[in-house]
Amino acid sequence: MTRAEKIRDKLRREKLRWSKIYTFNCARANPELIDFANPFNGLQGPGFSRKVQCNQPSLHRRKPLHYPSNYISTTKYNIITFLPKAIFEQFRRVANLYFLLAAVLSLTPIAPFSAVSMIAPLAFVVGLSMAKEAVEDWRRFMQDMKVNKRKVSIHKGDGNFYYKKWHKIFVGDVVKVEKDHFFPADLLLLSSSYEDGICYVETMNLDGETNLKVKRALDVTLHFDEDKTFKDFYATIRCEDPNPSLYTFVGNLEYEKQVCSLDPNQILLRDSKLRNTSYIYGVVIFTGHDSKVMQNSTESPSKRSSIEKKMDYIIYILFTLLVLISLISSIGYAVYTKFGMRNWWYLQPENASTLYNPLMPALSGIFHLVTALIMYGYLIPVSLYVSIEVVKVLQAMFINQDIQMYDEDTGKPAEARTSNLNEELGQVDTILSDKTGTLTCNQMDFLKCSIAGVSYGVGSSEVEIAAAKHIASEFSGSPGHNCFPADYWDNNVDDSSVIQLEDGITCKVVKDPKPKIKGFSFEDDRLMQGNWVKEPSRGTLQMFFRVLAVCHTAIPEHDEENGTFTYEAESPDEGAFLVAAREFGFEFFKRTQSSVFIRESYPNPLEREFKILNLLEFNSKRKRMSVIVRDDSGQIILFCKGADSIIFDRLSKNGKMYEADTMKHLNEFGEAGLRTLALAYKVLDESEYSTWNAEFLRAKTAIGLDRDAQLEQVADLMERELVLIGATAVEDKLQKGVPQCIDKLAQAGLKIWLLTGDKMETAVNIGLLRLGLKQISISTMNTDFLDQDAKKAFLSCLEQNIKDNILLQITNASRMVKLEKDPHAAFALIIDGKALSYALEDDMKHHFLGLAVDCASVICCRVSPKQKALVTRLVKEGTGKTTLAIGDGANDVGMIQEADIGVGISGVEGMQFPALYQQGPKNLFFDWSRIIAWTANGLYSSIVVFFINISIFYDQAFQSEGQTADMAAMGTTMFTCIIWAVNLQIALTMSHFTWIQHLFVWGSVSTWYLFLFGYGFMSPVISGNAFHILIESLGPAPIYWITTFLVAAACNLPYFAHLSYQRLFYPLDHHVIQEIKYFKKDLTDEQMWTRERSKARQETKIGFTARVDAKIRQLKGKLQKKTSNLFNPPKHEINLPPPCIYSTANLAFSRQNFIASPNLHQVETPLPLHLEMKVKN
Amino acid sequence: MKNDTGISAARPSAGSGDGNAARRNSNRPKYSRFTQQELPACKPILTPQWVISVFTLIGVIFIPIGVVALLASNDVVEIVDRYEIACVPPNMTHDKIGYIQNPSISKTCTRKLKVPKDMDKPIYVYYQLDNFYQNHRRYVKSRNDQQLRDASKANETSGCDPEKTTADGMPIVPCGLIAWSLFNDTYSFNRGNGEAMIVNKKDISWKSDRDHKFGSDVYPKNFQNGALIGGGKLDPKLSEQEDLIVWMRTAALPTFRKLYGRIDVDLKENDIITVALENNYNTYSFGGKKKLVLSTTTWLGGRNSFLGIAYLSVGGLCFFLSTAFTVVSLVKPRTIGDPSYLSWNRNPASQ
Repeated sequence: MTRAEKIRDKLRREKLRWSKIYTFNCARANPELIDFANPFNGLQGPGFSRKVQCNQPSLHRRKPLHYPSNYISTTKYNIITFLPKAIFEQFRRVANLYFLLAAVLSLTPIAPFSAVSMIAPLAFVVGLSMAKEAVEDWRRFMQDMKVNKRKVSIHKGDGNFYYKKWHKIFVGDVVKVEKDHFFPADLLLLSSSYEDGICYVETMNLDGETNLKVKRALDVTLHFDEDKTFKDFYATIRCEDPNPSLYTFVGNLEYEKQVCSLDPNQILLRDSKLRNTSYIYGVVIFTGHDSKVMQNSTESPSKRSSIEKKMDYIIYILFTLLVLISLISSIGYAVYTKFGMRNWWYLQPENASTLYNPLMPALSGIFHLVTALIMYGYLIPVSLYVSIEVVKVLQAMFINQDIQMYDEDTGKPAEARTSNLNEELGQVDTILSDKTGTLTCNQMDFLKCSIAGVSYGVGSSEVEIAAAKHIASEFSGSPGHNCFPADYWDNNVDDSSVIQLEDGITCKVVKDPKPKIKGFSFEDDRLMQGNWVKEPSRGTLQMFFRVLAVCHTAIPEHDEENGTFTYEAESPDEGAFLVAAREFGFEFFKRTQSSVFIRESYPNPLEREFKILNLLEFNSKRKRMSVIVRDDSGQIILFCKGADSIIFDRLSKNGKMYEADTMKHLNEFGEAGLRTLALAYKVLDESEYSTWNAEFLRAKTAIGLDRDAQLEQVADLMERELVLIGATAVEDKLQKGVPQCIDKLAQAGLKIWLLTGDKMETAVNIGLLRLGLKQISISTMNTDFLDQDAKKAFLSCLEQNIKDNILLQITNASRMVKLEKDPHAAFALIIDGKALSYALEDDMKHHFLGLAVDCASVICCRVSPKQKALVTRLVKEGTGKTTLAIGDGANDVGMIQEADIGVGISGVEGMQFPALYQQGPKNLFFDWSRIIAWTANGLYSSIVVFFINISIFYDQAFQSEGQTADMAAMGTTMFTCIIWAVNLQIALTMSHFTWIQHLFVWGSVSTWYLFLFGYGFMSPVISGNAFHILIESLGPAPIYWITTFLVAAACNLPYFAHLSYQRLFYPLDHHVIQEIKYFKKDLTDEQMWTRERSKARQETKIGFTARVDAKIRQLKGKLQKKTSNLFNPPKHEINLPPPCIYSTANLAFSRQNFIASPNLHQVETPLPLHLEMKVKN
Repeated sequence: MKNDTGISAARPSAGSGDGNAARRNSNRPKYSRFTQQELPACKPILTPQWVISVFTLIGVIFIPIGVVALLASNDVVEIVDRYEIACVPPNMTHDKIGYIQNPSISKTCTRKLKVPKDMDKPIYVYYQLDNFYQNHRRYVKSRNDQQLRDASKANETSGCDPEKTTADGMPIVPCGLIAWSLFNDTYSFNRGNGEAMIVNKKDISWKSDRDHKFGSDVYPKNFQNGALIGGGKLDPKLSEQEDLIVWMRTAALPTFRKLYGRIDVDLKENDIITVALENNYNTYSFGGKKKLVLSTTTWLGGRNSFLGIAYLSVGGLCFFLSTAFTVVSLVKPRTIGDPSYLSWNRNPASQ
């Protein structure tokens, strides 16, 4: 056998018919053959014009079937459009437009300045900005090219496949995509390495969901499972036109006179990834910008920061001022020209041109208006934008250079992709974060479990470690050390810690000597190394491990190198369970079409086969997964795992033995920030099973719309009367640094919205929410639960009903929030994608926003990328505040682009001191009163400069040689005064002098003298009036220097007095802190410093710290109980009620999620509202 | 992919994730105190002591300067004589313009000045014009520096409108309104005893103007030849026409003095000086004053008490402020670095 054949053989062996195993995922009624007489039913007319000739891409390079290639471009410009477009961009700025006009006018005699002095600065400013744009666009181009040049295997004819670059793919190409590769375009799945043509797809980049999705090819194309078979493959696809909807697809495939309808199940979208499948074959349907993901991307807006927008306002105001001043001056000019100038014979008024004609004063006045507009144009700073731009580029450089933002693991420094928005970072009010992979690593770690009412696992979650450290440090009595909650994460959580709070306050942080197993951090000698056999409840334990090992949909992969098995699981939780089962001695090592094989090591090594009779897999509706197996003794058992609330509802009377204990443990796990699942089983007797199975088969083969509902109903029947075994707790490790940062941001008073594609439970359970937060849940009730008649009856007005219902939910919730008396109560709003789509409609979104801003945190689950962008826009426009979006995948692009600031995660810098940040969103440093005050200061300075100078250089000699001051001497002195005044002003506003500040402040001043000196030395043709001005006339005159000194001091006196007054008597926070730091008070009075540091944090109800605080309360409560039990009579307990109860109560409360019903007849008022009303009445 | 806003960092791009260590380190930003913004910095804190001492210091420096400047200004002896009205013959006071424009009427006029205090040489002689807009845009621009500097550029008259050329198109040197309107009153001085005082008109202009801006080989051409006669006429060689050079340095304000000459004689208090002047220049059209000024100078120049007063005022203000700050910080002291001034301590309700 050749090597290739061997591989193929191996691949054949792994061909599993998953479609036969799955109950719901691959559910498909018989291949729908469409009525051949009218095959294009619904696929004609506008919107459905696409026709794809499979395997004949050449047909698609010409009209009429020409479609764009797979080349993508996200650049703003290309070589041809750059100049016009970039220039247009530049002159969109009002100030630049004004200066352009001034530059054009400077070519006429109207201009007061020479053309060069007008055009040169403008050209410099515009050129610099354009160069910046060009560089940034070039970077985008390189990024695109990287994607375009990825390679994929393409059918080139005669059954041969070659690698080709992505951008050379055309519609109709047959491509072969290998495992863990991205799909280059939107494809129709033809076949896969699995015999029945299914494949697993990870769509994290599209919708953020981490669970793998199953796609299944049509039966008619299944036999194209080898390169050679494509030699004579011809088919035609008719389908919808490119559109952004990720979850729909309408089309049909004509193949060999058969017409089969296509649905999203066969469509593989660009930017999703092939997982757990060796390879697939597919036909390209949508390429490049036609693909769904590209259609989803909103046009990248050219972002302008709010400061820039505000600056435009200031420019408008200045321009108004300029026009006003010019108008006054021109009127004065016209009056003078009319009445004065005719007597000024030295101007020869009788020969005057129109510019100065006393006979036409109005016309002259108008001309003068133009002149004045240009002359006083210094009011509008030409360098304003460019200075800000230079500052921003430098800031971006600092961000990129920041070692603290460098990621050692990937070797990537921070990258500020656009420097336009740096200053906005200081003004963020609302953060919208994508959850998956952004806040957590999405790597599950099996940490604890509760079996038979006993809690196992001594390892601690991050939250517990932090809380324990806090308490330990508090008791060790060193207040400055580690007791500031923000320092929790300063201690690396990689250390495994042992905290034995049950025995008092001992906190040991021990380095783990053992090599860590990925996905498994469980530690407990009672269960490890087969010790579980010695436990009293060994039977339950065994059952527990079997559930872990059997109840899943994973495939084992043998790792040749170290002989162990790794698992390809649909979700990381499942992977963690299997690793855990393996470590406990229940190694899952083989899956066949009908069986799962487990190698059990304890008590005696043996291999067991579990015949899979049925698999009722997990989906978000069911929130549970079951397998029905026949073990080697012939017994039929149902293993079930699922959300605790679901499982607890399905327990049999005698299956509730451990319910209370397990519940308690689940709450503890939840407190510790862990994700929990409950496990249960049920032993079936043969007859019971066969009755059920018959019914199940009937439902499975049923044809019709209600097949799914029937299946679910039947499955539901089986998953009852369960026996609870226990619960698992896995930790989704928080990503290093990021949640801490978000935590700090929350302390700084920022609002955090979570927008995630994940299901509700996952989203809520992340370590971001404090338990006990009151949850308001808004969702659409699933219409599937309605009986058929009701469904039909309300089908017409269903939409409206759902909408009304959601509106009702929102208003009810708003009322509840308003009625809340407890100032510490915090609400979390949880809304799912479906409800959100209604809530985002124009007439509803303001109600929704109103409710959302009252809540401490908002979580939107199962949202599409488009919705993410819409929510972001709603927040941005509805609240008018600066928004920051954090995300990591392509599914976040819309949101990132929509937000004022987008952050792609690699690491976000933490804030120095959150409280000071609060000054930023409050816009303390950029408000109108400040702007006006500074303007007034400027006005004062200019008056001082002007009048002091003209009074000093009035008419007398200005030096001992007797010469009087001419225009040049007076002007130069004035300008010298300005230079000093401005630079002193800058120096005064600075709180921080490094050599750079010194260099630029004092350098500016000396440059002026150097310029004066150098320019004065040039030929008088160039220098004109400035010729020898410093060395001959001004320099030797003491009055020149004395005047400068006087004016500089007089200009800055009021500001300095104001500054001193404010700092001495009304200091701002940063002043006080600067003083504390300066006098090292933070070192001498640590207690004060610590106290203030913790006070500075805004109390948060969300975030890691909030969780830690809750844990601390709990631990302290336990401690109190213990100590009080030891030393005091129990009545003291009243002082500190055990938080355990407190949180349980809250948990119970929070479970009363509002349930919405689209049925008008039975709109349920949510339970908490009933309570609320009663209390009120 | 439209991913231009910064998500690339998270994208699993080929290579960089699992590249070798050397490659990784090459991406690592280089440490420098500058790029990490850790430069040693001086962070001055405005403590009351600082504020009070700064204000006191400014006061201490400014008041002596003010006193010295005021003394210097007072040391200057200045004689100012307004003569444009007195020099009109009594029969012409109703038609001053007619008087000044009539060449047949003699413009000679005699003025007697009394020296109020001893005046040490050199005594500078100025003429002062009032309501004369040498700073008018049309006026300021109406000249051509190249022509003044270089004899070969005599035809260069751009910018000289409307005094560019004569009626027959010949270029005027020096062209332009400034030169055309040259001040042409003349003064000669006699002491009470009849002894003439020589007015030295040499070196009254800036040296750089004489040497570099007015060419030694440039001669007037077609100057004051047209129908309109402006001001004074010129003798040959521009660089020796110091009156013109001084005049061409346009003044910044409508009231200005220009140096006429220097008298190198000491004058005694109560000396009487007789001034014989030619009242040629027309200021009657625009109602401008003409004054003759004799003044000594000090190191600070001529007489102007403004500088001294300004220094005294600013210095005084600083003393006042320093006193005020002292009083307020004694009455209502604030400990530096007092945490009770932090916003969250001042306003507990906001928590």
